[in-house]
Amino acid sequence: MSGKTIQLEKVCRSFGTVEVLREISLDIHRGEFVAVVGPSGCGKTTLLNLLSGYDRPSSGVISREGHVRMVYQQDGLFPWLTVEENIALGLRQIGDEKERERQVAEMINLIRLKGFENHYPHQLSGGMRQRVELARALAGDSDILLLDEPFSALDYLTRLRMRQELARLLRERPRTVALVTHDIEEAAQLADRVIVLTERPAQIRFELSIVAPRPRDLTHPEVVGATHRILTELGFEHDAEGIVASAAQT
Amino acid sequence: MIDKPSASRTILLPLAVVAVLILVWTGVWKAGIFHESAFPSPLAVLRGFGEEIRSGRLFNDLITSLFRVSCGFVIAVATGVPMGLWMGQRMAARLAFLPIINFFRNLSPLAWIPFAILWFGVGDASPIFLIFLAAFFPIALATMAAVANIPSVYFRVARDYGLQGFENLTQVALPAIMPQVVTTLRVAAGLSWLVVVAAEMIAGRDGLGFAVMDTRNGLRTDLLVVEMIVIGLIGVVIDRLLAQLTKIPSVRWGYER
Repeated sequence: MSGKTIQLEKVCRSFGTVEVLREISLDIHRGEFVAVVGPSGCGKTTLLNLLSGYDRPSSGVISREGHVRMVYQQDGLFPWLTVEENIALGLRQIGDEKERERQVAEMINLIRLKGFENHYPHQLSGGMRQRVELARALAGDSDILLLDEPFSALDYLTRLRMRQELARLLRERPRTVALVTHDIEEAAQLADRVIVLTERPAQIRFELSIVAPRPRDLTHPEVVGATHRILTELGFEHDAEGIVASAAQT
Repeated sequence: MIDKPSASRTILLPLAVVAVLILVWTGVWKAGIFHESAFPSPLAVLRGFGEEIRSGRLFNDLITSLFRVSCGFVIAVATGVPMGLWMGQRMAARLAFLPIINFFRNLSPLAWIPFAILWFGVGDASPIFLIFLAAFFPIALATMAAVANIPSVYFRVARDYGLQGFENLTQVALPAIMPQVVTTLRVAAGLSWLVVVAAEMIAGRDGLGFAVMDTRNGLRTDLLVVEMIVIGLIGVVIDRLLAQLTKIPSVRWGYER
């Protein structure tokens, strides 16, 4: 469990004269769930593109072990394919058709969309579409799951439900996960470790481990405590004493 | 979502409009505003239909025109779609060809008629050439725009899931542009149908366009109206047939978002 799956060493990325990332060093371990939060436009997505290998750093070294899949901010499902066909994309390596069908059916069960196999993405709600995206990314044998603000387009309650869903799916199909989000609560509820970035050029401002086992409730004292610490660090909250005391009481 | 109007209304309302048109037509004819030879009565046109059906001439002209439109249109699709795909993907190709394609698109294909006759004579080749000119440029342009607007996330997903080279074309680019391409095919088919009649009027010895010129020369205005009705109806039928493509499940998403 302790192998390093992704390793970043003093990674910098500039676009022309705009310096986006400055000397980011980060190890993500096998099976770990790391969340990256930071102000919008600070370079979170750039970081994710580097993690996936889609983009290359201007300087620094990135090493990565294993197959990467990403769930995108915008609709990444192919609208011309059904739910079933989209998920089957994630199982392309499997040559045996019977086996592939079996695994597609298994994923559809897992995301509780039985009966929607032959629906097209435009016939589904936003939450259902994101569930299909997760199923597609988790189908088959990938090692690393990158999530680029996957729930940001959903309403609050659907977002809460999708967090539970993601935690549940990851228990069934463990992966090394890097989640980029501007939702601090989401990061604190889901991740083993939260990395907070500064404004551009982004550096790691601080990081925070959350040891309570996943999946956790949103109001779990450690989640509340972590949320509070991050918000305080970012200058949104000031009453550091009070919340820690109340968390300790429970 | 708006309720679908009932089937009886979708048939009865348009029929009522047609009935009113025929009434107005009859009224104008009865009033004698135009000379008898310049304005046929609805009844004369109906008799004209019978005459054309018995002689079979109009049917032969229709087949001839449909054959020419099909040839020109298929050649335009087979060349215009690949041209658009290429221009959509390569910025240099777009920069190089876009102005000249825009030029030709805005040049009426009918202006080519004299050259068409000089090069291809009167027969099938001239109208086919003109139909090709009418359909090729809009198809190439619309395909190009559709390709250039494919969200890049689709290609990133394709890469994540191991699609390679040619698969990016057949499994991502083509399905992604299908809705726009189908719309363009309908527009181009409509243009082709307009052009074939005009082309045959001048550069034909048969076909619907020639039939129109021929009946005019014979001063048979009743048959002229018969031909006009057939030309219009067939145009509608072609469009309705192509509209069926929008109902293909893997294409429909493009019209429902």
